[in-house]
Amino acid sequence: YAWDANEEYLFKAMVAFAMRRYSSKSTTQISNVLLCNVTDRVSFWFVVTDSSKNVTTVPGSEVEAAIRMNRNRINSAFLLSDKTLQFLKITSTLSPPVEPSTPVWLIVFGVVLCLIVAGIVFLIFSGIQKHKKKNKESTERENLEEKVEVTLENGIPCEALDLKPGHINGVFGADDERFTSL
Amino acid sequence: LSATPEIPKEDGRPKWDNKFQYILSCIGFAVGLGNVWRFPYLCQIHGGGAFLIPYFIALLFEGIPLLHLELALGQCLRKGSIGAWNTISPYLGGVGVGSWVVSVLVSLYYNTVLTWVMWYFINSFQEPLPWSVCPLNENRTGFNEECYESSSVNYFWYRKTLNITPDISESGTLQWWLILCLAACWAIVYLCTIRGIETTGKAIYVTAIFPYLVLTIFLIQGLTLPGATDGLIYLFTPNLNTLKNPRVWLDAATQIFFSLSLAFGGLIAFASYNPSKNDCEKDAVTVAIVNSMTSLYASIPVFSVLGFKATTAYWDCLDRNIISIINEFDLPEESIIRQNYTSWISFLNSSHPEKIAGLKLKSCDLQEFLDQSVSGTGLAFIVFTQAIILMPGSQAWAILFFIMLFCLGLSSMFGNIEGVFTPLLEFRITSKSAPKEILSGIICLISFLIALCFTLGSGSYWIDIFDRYAASVPLLVIAFFEVIGVVYVYKIKRFSKDVEWMTGRKLNLYWQITWRFISPLLLLIVFMAFVILQMQKPPSYPAWNPKYEGFPMKEEKVYPPWVQAICVLLAGLPCVCVPLVALFQLVRKHHRSKDPSLVPSEMFSCQGANS
Repeated sequence: YAWDANEEYLFKAMVAFAMRRYSSKSTTQISNVLLCNVTDRVSFWFVVTDSSKNVTTVPGSEVEAAIRMNRNRINSAFLLSDKTLQFLKITSTLSPPVEPSTPVWLIVFGVVLCLIVAGIVFLIFSGIQKHKKKNKESTERENLEEKVEVTLENGIPCEALDLKPGHINGVFGADDERFTSL
Repeated sequence: LSATPEIPKEDGRPKWDNKFQYILSCIGFAVGLGNVWRFPYLCQIHGGGAFLIPYFIALLFEGIPLLHLELALGQCLRKGSIGAWNTISPYLGGVGVGSWVVSVLVSLYYNTVLTWVMWYFINSFQEPLPWSVCPLNENRTGFNEECYESSSVNYFWYRKTLNITPDISESGTLQWWLILCLAACWAIVYLCTIRGIETTGKAIYVTAIFPYLVLTIFLIQGLTLPGATDGLIYLFTPNLNTLKNPRVWLDAATQIFFSLSLAFGGLIAFASYNPSKNDCEKDAVTVAIVNSMTSLYASIPVFSVLGFKATTAYWDCLDRNIISIINEFDLPEESIIRQNYTSWISFLNSSHPEKIAGLKLKSCDLQEFLDQSVSGTGLAFIVFTQAIILMPGSQAWAILFFIMLFCLGLSSMFGNIEGVFTPLLEFRITSKSAPKEILSGIICLISFLIALCFTLGSGSYWIDIFDRYAASVPLLVIAFFEVIGVVYVYKIKRFSKDVEWMTGRKLNLYWQITWRFISPLLLLIVFMAFVILQMQKPPSYPAWNPKYEGFPMKEEKVYPPWVQAICVLLAGLPCVCVPLVALFQLVRKHHRSKDPSLVPSEMFSCQGANS
């Protein structure tokens, strides 16, 4: 919006409002606020006069304190902020950042840690289950192998025959002389 | 007769579920944090696109041959690093022990970097982001002094995260929030490596692929930011003059070497779980090329974001100057804008020079902002976090970014832990009573307890020391002995036959030449240049000291003698393993040779072990 006489009027009204609230005197009028040296930059000087005492200016510290108290009202009247509406020599008190009671990061950390611990417990349990199953399977297999060996013993495998020394049966004549030669 | 049941010839060794898992694990191990925060920095300071020339030459003559060597070795011998080198020759067992020691040292400090990433990650869920605002001082009139003088991101990193001490000899206290995050990180590592490659093989699907997704998202986002093109042009503009500086070649060689994670023993461990008849040559070339392409791919979003950050800083600088000029000269609003700033300045300088001088305007130069190059943790935790604040939807970007960093680091941790785990597993292969879960649990617990030192106030200085000394020189030495050992002790002819048996093709001349001559020579040159450069000036470190006059610049301090002794120990311990073990074996053989009843060690070959 452009800065014209109406905006200046609003500004004077806001300063008067601030002075009234601060000193709780209802004597400050818009006509008590004087603007001077208005430039195109939209910067100017202003003083507040006191009509009760003979046209003297209100001390600067009072004006500063009044403005500081009502700063955000003045800002919102002009749809501006501390940065865009600057009062020289009035530093703004800064609002501290909002701090929740438990730090947010602690909550997130708790969630992450729970997930990890759940994963570890699950993996360890599944490992123990697999181990038990493998043990059961290996004992079953051992039983199976014993049975297999039993059938082999009945069948007399060839290797066993090789190991045992053969007995020559004396009934069947080994002597060549007994047989008639051709 | 019923035949005996067929018992398959298994040695009980775990194996990969499929080939893709194995390749992904190697890629994940090689692609780490360095691809994101070291390679773009090197590109920037060494003449942009011109750096790619020494980089690819080093890849061709040093990276790929060494990678192929390690993968072939592990696949052929089917043992972890210590077992593999013991098999090649008992005198070379020290090489395996050395790489095991390096893996241990690196695992300790690498997970602490992941702790910092996790801390930032869990802090990214707040609005506004905690590193975007400065806390107030006691009487609420202004901001905290340390924060105000440096910046909110610097304050959050140095004070709220590290709580750093001004000097390495002041240890400070243990930071409880870092201890919590460290415990969580080691718990995650335990969760993923609990049963060796059985579990890491499943985890790697996520941790190796997810970073590429996030990099793509950042690429798209980064390219739409204002100023991104400035950053990219700055990065890739080749300046061929830099190639005359030998430092550039050295940096390229060391970057390739450390980027591929060679000589850690982790690659040997990964390859040892492969079936013997696997084409390791193709695997090596694939992994090396993917690693380099990832570095290039990652530098694009990084530099888009850095260009955006530089442009924003430049605009802020201009805006500040414009405000002061307008206030001083009472000019109407919007009379001076960024585009006509320079013409206005020259006009006002000629008409009212004293007033302009009185304003003490800062000179705003975009090149200067682009020149502020950072690498390492500074890039991720200071520069990038600052850029993220400026983007719309900062929480989402921060969360994505830190998950990506975490995945990158975690997949590298898998390789490190495998390098530690596999040799230990083999030593105990005879007594299978205790399950693997307990061994990995013990490793993670002991590492966590030792890594508590890095959560002290001076922790980040110690991590820099570990990074500079334990993970640099010893690797070069071990890699050199690896190549020499395979080529001249195991004999290249035997190795060629083994590789031929495994891949089914005759060994290319390229491999013969690089393995025999070029790679060992290159390694020797790089090692000597590295050591000479380190010795040239007394080792110093940049300390964050709020009471320093030049604050927020860092103060350069020299390491005290006891710290220098530890540096030498860290660098020397893995290297000294090689001759020590050789000596030990010599003494043992001398004792044994007096006993003639011993059989000499048999000739080992790949085929013999698996027929």
